[in-house]
Amino acid sequence: MQKKPKKQAWVDLSHCVACGACGNVCPREAIRVVHGCNAQVDPEKCVGCGLCTKVCPAGAVTVKTLEGEP
Amino acid sequence: MNAKRRHWYHYLWIWAILYFTLGFFNILFAWLGMIDFLLPLVFAIFFGNKWFCNNMCGRGQLFTLIGSTFHLSRNQPTPRFLSSRWFRYGFLVFFLAMFSSILVQTWFVASGVHSLNQAVTLLWTFQVPWKWAYRPDLLPESYVWVAQFAYGFYSLMLTSTIIGLVVMLLWKPRSWCAFCPMGTMTQGICQLKSRGRRD
Repeated sequence: MQKKPKKQAWVDLSHCVACGACGNVCPREAIRVVHGCNAQVDPEKCVGCGLCTKVCPAGAVTVKTLEGEP
Repeated sequence: MNAKRRHWYHYLWIWAILYFTLGFFNILFAWLGMIDFLLPLVFAIFFGNKWFCNNMCGRGQLFTLIGSTFHLSRNQPTPRFLSSRWFRYGFLVFFLAMFSSILVQTWFVASGVHSLNQAVTLLWTFQVPWKWAYRPDLLPESYVWVAQFAYGFYSLMLTSTIIGLVVMLLWKPRSWCAFCPMGTMTQGICQLKSRGRRD
């Protein structure tokens, strides 16, 4: 059976306002604001569900398919 | 479904409603808004984080409640320019200029140049009479400036909430956060502190 491509949240640092809305909805605590500067994604925890993209007020979070993944 | 543990600070949207209700009946309660003004700065300056924005912002919680829980937001993407650097910092400068004008008006009243303006100014333009919220018997004559600052600060808080509600309806529940001046200021402080740590 073919493995599903790995998807993961990605943060556009030039638009992230560090409001933390993404971290509040993430079911796996995979995205959080670090040092008040911007949101960061933990690739080990992120499953690419996209909940964070729906709440981000700045449109700074998107879900991308990782390169090199099948 | 987010099944995270709820804490007391996740219910501060009640405080946001209470603040405007109290200020409607007595304008002196507007001073309590200084907590929302100073606390984010304390977190940013002393702890280098945006914990207030991330967890304690009653206004952000209120927008989430109305927009997401009550489905009153169109949930459309916020225009990109609103979260661009130039717009955010431009709006911050404008916001600080408006805050400075409140301080100047307060000074004029304190020094007796102007008399107390018992009105709330919405969107920095429209004067709405708010006389019922001022009780002269609560303040000595020489402290009338306290009421003037309260009127100015309440105007600022109400104006930003109205703008936040409009952008919530038009775009995402927390679209206000994309260009919130307090958010911009605290993020800037945190970035400066973070840069200082790296150097």
